[in-house]
Amino acid sequence: MPALLVFVFVLSLVVQQFELLDPYIQLIIMYVGINIILTLSLNLINGYMGEFSVGHAGFMAIGAYVASFLTVKVFPADMAAWLFPLAVIAGGAAAGVIGLVVAFPSFKTRGDYLAIVTLAFGMIVKSVIENIDALGGPRGFLGMEKLSTLPWVFFWVLLSVWVIRNLIYSNFGRGVLSIREDEIASDLMSVNTNHVKVLAFTVSSFFAGVAGALFAHLLQFINPRAFDIIKSTDILIMVYLGGIGSIAGSVIGATVYTVLLEVLRPMGIWRMVFMPLVLVLLMIFRPKGIMGLREFRWFVPVRDLFASRLWREKRVGT
Amino acid sequence: MSVLTAHNVTHYFDGLAAVSEFSLNIEPYELVGIIGPNGAGKTTIFNLITGVYKATRGNILFGEIEIVGKTPSQITSLGIARTFQNIRLFKELTVLDNVRIAHYAMVRYNPIEALLHVGRFQKEEEAIIGHSMDLLAFLKLDTYADELSKNLPYGLQRRLEIARALATRPKLLLLDEPAAGMNPNEVTQLMEFIQWIRKEFNLTILLIEHQMHLVMNICERLLVLDFGETIAEGEPREIQNNPRVLEVYLGEVQC
Repeated sequence: MPALLVFVFVLSLVVQQFELLDPYIQLIIMYVGINIILTLSLNLINGYMGEFSVGHAGFMAIGAYVASFLTVKVFPADMAAWLFPLAVIAGGAAAGVIGLVVAFPSFKTRGDYLAIVTLAFGMIVKSVIENIDALGGPRGFLGMEKLSTLPWVFFWVLLSVWVIRNLIYSNFGRGVLSIREDEIASDLMSVNTNHVKVLAFTVSSFFAGVAGALFAHLLQFINPRAFDIIKSTDILIMVYLGGIGSIAGSVIGATVYTVLLEVLRPMGIWRMVFMPLVLVLLMIFRPKGIMGLREFRWFVPVRDLFASRLWREKRVGT
Repeated sequence: MSVLTAHNVTHYFDGLAAVSEFSLNIEPYELVGIIGPNGAGKTTIFNLITGVYKATRGNILFGEIEIVGKTPSQITSLGIARTFQNIRLFKELTVLDNVRIAHYAMVRYNPIEALLHVGRFQKEEEAIIGHSMDLLAFLKLDTYADELSKNLPYGLQRRLEIARALATRPKLLLLDEPAAGMNPNEVTQLMEFIQWIRKEFNLTILLIEHQMHLVMNICERLLVLDFGETIAEGEPREIQNNPRVLEVYLGEVQC
């Protein structure tokens, strides 16, 4: 498995270097990668924790604007390419800090009511950016170099999958799952639900911010409208298409949705009739999404996958 | 020293007294039962002890620690665990995960170690799996470790709830109608089971139950509640002949 990942990484470097792939195809692959990060990060809140956040584009916007501001206005122009990872991390961190704040209403509210809170949050982010002149206001912000490359996107996808998998298969991750199953029982089984929520929201918004930063440096132009409710809905669709509570589902959901939208481009305006129809049919025939609550084995740590079997073997051994 | 001391605990729901002037003193290793008609406030008392509700008035001491105002997770970490009247397992999770979750407070590794799976993480996770599986094996549930808990038969779900509660290492165990939905045969087995875990885990037990057969046989002391008030307290035999209790259960005695 690690060998395969290294191979793909090297491949992405080679493709990048020698332009083996059509730039358009490369662009689509990078969109798929960015959408995987977004889907995973929202799946942590909506799928694994069972809350309902609809303001995820807000976190993405924070990451995008912070990172872009750094590479365009703060970092020296000739160093921007080298300092790009730093900008991405800064974008993620800024979104993470805001995510931490948004976690607080979730202590008291949940379900539909928390959805309203996150919706309001998304609106606030959009209108704040629209009113900051240094960020271009409603006109948008440009001047970024095209710093998001295949290897970088691949790296961040890998990191987000790894970190979110690690979180899920830890004490805190089991806390996240137990909140989805029964929050009161979870609290009564000694889970500090407030800590768990803060951690989940922070990690989730960090990666949404990272995705935003990559997105901004791929498109080289961002404006507040790019991060409105429609964008949040797109991420929601990818989560529920792929399946809640599943890393494999997030990867599949993001890939299928992004690629399908591109493939259907010749349909023109009918694309937006066809796609929703696909979703309606999917919800009727597979209400839990493609991979709902199921996981591919290679996303599960060996210790968890074979927990009971390893324990039995050890017991027989002694 | 008493395990649990409740002193004049009163709880209102919008002006309606669900529990009034409730007092209780439980000594170590005692097995105390609470009985009473539906709506008498029995489960409310469990919710007050475990921190789901905050008592309007009064104190509850666990050992010497005041627990009114603490959160449920804090109270559980101190050593009070409970089961629920209508089973509240984590349905879509495996039996093993249900028990592992109850180890939450014992973990010492921090979120960074968890996100990177480094440091104390590996060792503690293995210890949690070990403890959980040992406990499941002890309660004869280990063969179901990888099943989703919602797929277990009813009786085993009840037992898993007790296993999950025991995983938090309680000193005081609260059982909310453990025999609900069981036939007489199963109730007899349950009585033996309760006495057995009390001995094995050195537990103090407080239980709510409707099945008189069970409470009369295993409880050393009973409390009778009606409309939030304690109307009688004493050994099962005394309770059985208490005129007020008979009135509540059988209607007014007319002569």
